[in-house]
Amino acid sequence: MFSPDNIFTTTIDKAVRWSRTQSMWPVTFGLACCAIEMMAAGSAKYDLARYGMEVFRASPRQADLMIVAGRVSQKMAPVLRQVYDQMAEPKWVIAMGACSSTGGMFNNYALVQGVDHIVPVDIYVPGCPPGPQSLMHGILTLHQKIMDREINR
Amino acid sequence: MMEENKDTVKDVDFWATNSEEGGWNISSTDEGSQKMLEQEDEVTTKIQMGSEVIDDYFIDDDISDDERMILNMGPQHPSTHGVLRLQVELEGEVVRRVQPVIGYLHTGMEKTGEELNYFQGPTNTTRMDYLSPFFNELVFSLATEKLLDIEVPDRASTIRILMTELNRISSHLVALATGGMDIGALSMMIFGFRERELILDFFEKTTGLRMNHNFIRPGGVAADLPDNWQKDIEKILKVIPEKLKDYDEMLLDNPIWQGRLKNVGILTTEECLAYGITGPSLRASGYAWDLRKMQPYSGIEKYEFDIPVFEEGDVFARWRIKVLEIFESLKIVEQAMGNMPKGPFKIQDKKITPPPRKRLDESMEALIHHFKIYTEGFKVPEGEVYTTVESPRGELGCFIVSDGSSKPYRMHVRGPSFCNLQALPVVMSDSPIADAVAAIASLDPVLGDVDR
Amino acid sequence: MKENLEISIEDYFQKVEELKNDGYEMMVDLTAIDWFRKKEPRFEVVVNFLSVSKNKRISIKVKLNDELTIPSITSLYPSANFYEREVFDMFGINFENHPDLTRILMPDDWVGHPLRKDYGTGRIPVQFKNAPKVD
Ligand code: SF4
Repeated sequence: MFSPDNIFTTTIDKAVRWSRTQSMWPVTFGLACCAIEMMAAGSAKYDLARYGMEVFRASPRQADLMIVAGRVSQKMAPVLRQVYDQMAEPKWVIAMGACSSTGGMFNNYALVQGVDHIVPVDIYVPGCPPGPQSLMHGILTLHQKIMDREINR
Repeated sequence: MMEENKDTVKDVDFWATNSEEGGWNISSTDEGSQKMLEQEDEVTTKIQMGSEVIDDYFIDDDISDDERMILNMGPQHPSTHGVLRLQVELEGEVVRRVQPVIGYLHTGMEKTGEELNYFQGPTNTTRMDYLSPFFNELVFSLATEKLLDIEVPDRASTIRILMTELNRISSHLVALATGGMDIGALSMMIFGFRERELILDFFEKTTGLRMNHNFIRPGGVAADLPDNWQKDIEKILKVIPEKLKDYDEMLLDNPIWQGRLKNVGILTTEECLAYGITGPSLRASGYAWDLRKMQPYSGIEKYEFDIPVFEEGDVFARWRIKVLEIFESLKIVEQAMGNMPKGPFKIQDKKITPPPRKRLDESMEALIHHFKIYTEGFKVPEGEVYTTVESPRGELGCFIVSDGSSKPYRMHVRGPSFCNLQALPVVMSDSPIADAVAAIASLDPVLGDVDR
Repeated sequence: MKENLEISIEDYFQKVEELKNDGYEMMVDLTAIDWFRKKEPRFEVVVNFLSVSKNKRISIKVKLNDELTIPSITSLYPSANFYEREVFDMFGINFENHPDLTRILMPDDWVGHPLRKDYGTGRIPVQFKNAPKVD
């Protein structure tokens, strides 16, 4: 049966999802080596601006995406959580690199073994460091994920 | 003032835990700013004001407490180059006291280094100073080789010099890029990273990775240079000087750039020596000290190059010296390319370097050696050694204590940034907060190197 | 080019003062070694000095007694500040008369001194068993 309501809601739904993917502003959360690759991804050759993501916001209030680029130490963990809490919904997290995904090669007292112990992670980008291409692949996968899911998470 | 603060200390937790943003208790990290006010005894204040060496600080008694403010920069801050946190006491807009708080990137690498054997060691050290990974590998390898008492072949040392000097260029480019960005020259950011890609492409071709290569290993390097490597180097040698001239055109005679940087964040030679500052910052303060000339490593004494020295010691000099050092490094790269000796790229000692892959199919002995090295590593004689190289940020040292087994008993890396960071109070105090950012950027700390 | 000295803890401060007057302008490195159950006394502090005018290095080794206290040289070499704090943090060695002896790398409320040999690495075992199969 044709129902105008249905068409209306799906369109809004799509529009919202689409608009979320098109200008996803990341918060600058550079921690270690991976941050350099994240900066490389943002500058000339790789150019994240193509996805409307070149504005790395210093203030978490204005950001939608947290790219945890680098190793998270026990001392940094509360800060990271604080920044995550300050971000406005809807928000997403990408764990970039082996360290923030699992602790990487540093399985020791100082590091949080995977940032998913403190914040929910949407996409894990493997590599040490993941090249800008990998990061972009992760971002595109996240876009795909947003497009495929409900708008209210 | 002291009394007031004693009372408020109890209430610190209040706003942290009861905030609407989720009750994460940040009290343990936030105690510092309260502490800063408490620590008002003379010695501590002196350190925080950086007036240990030259007493240029006058306290105006009639400044009221209202104008004093404690500001917390970082650890998540766009212009602190990573996760550096600074507690700054301001009087109006003037910085009075600074206390750097570090450790937000502490990775326990020295502990991990005790668990990895010498063969795996560079994997660990290369991740310390992530802007100059080759230097970290080199210093670890040099230390191990000194303990083993071996000499690497000529080709290996030349490849090492080639790679490290290229790395110095890429590291300085990042320093210029981020430094420019912090001061507001945003195009510098784009330019610096663009040129760096050129070098990283060569690194990727040679080592397989853009950063954190684990390429220089005890006993030589991991692989030979790729075919036609000269072409890539020639391209680098051609493109980078051109682009550097562009930067000069953009910045050198730019009155805004000069006005912003000249006479800002001055470090005198005495201060540099007292705070143990090495590298470009020391040379910018008028002391020609470069380990490449003074205590050469890997045969760098055979190359011809100059050490640029400036007298001013301000941010402008520190910026300028990095540009000039890139030119000098290009000279070394060119010479290394011209004089690349033929021969093996790692020492032909079956106990230390693994046999080439091809041999594994043919020889049982090679297979055994290969297995031994990759599972157990090699044993290193007892002893202690401290080796140094000149990294883009200063003296990078590696201190290894061996107890005769295949793992270092104690591995300590003297990171130049760790030491240089202590000068922050000196360069920042008594100047406006806006200049502080320029001063931090000019010291070029890499937090991975600071916290390890 | 490099000298190694071993001196007792009583002479330590005085020796450093002499070195400073001798033209060793820089203290470049200060660290400690933990010889847990291998040697007595357990801790050694190693300090490296550099003379840029004479192009010389000297390293001093001091054996600590059970009190784990050593005079701080921050008053002579301000660069020792962070290093001494690091050694305090990582090994639990006290530096007398240090202006601000607090933890530097670990959080303030951390228990233990990580680089001691009797402090475990803190390894979390990685479980590969029963991981879902990827096909
Ligand atoms: S994953 Fe690798 S590159 Fe990324 S922070 Fe960890 S060690 Fe550095």
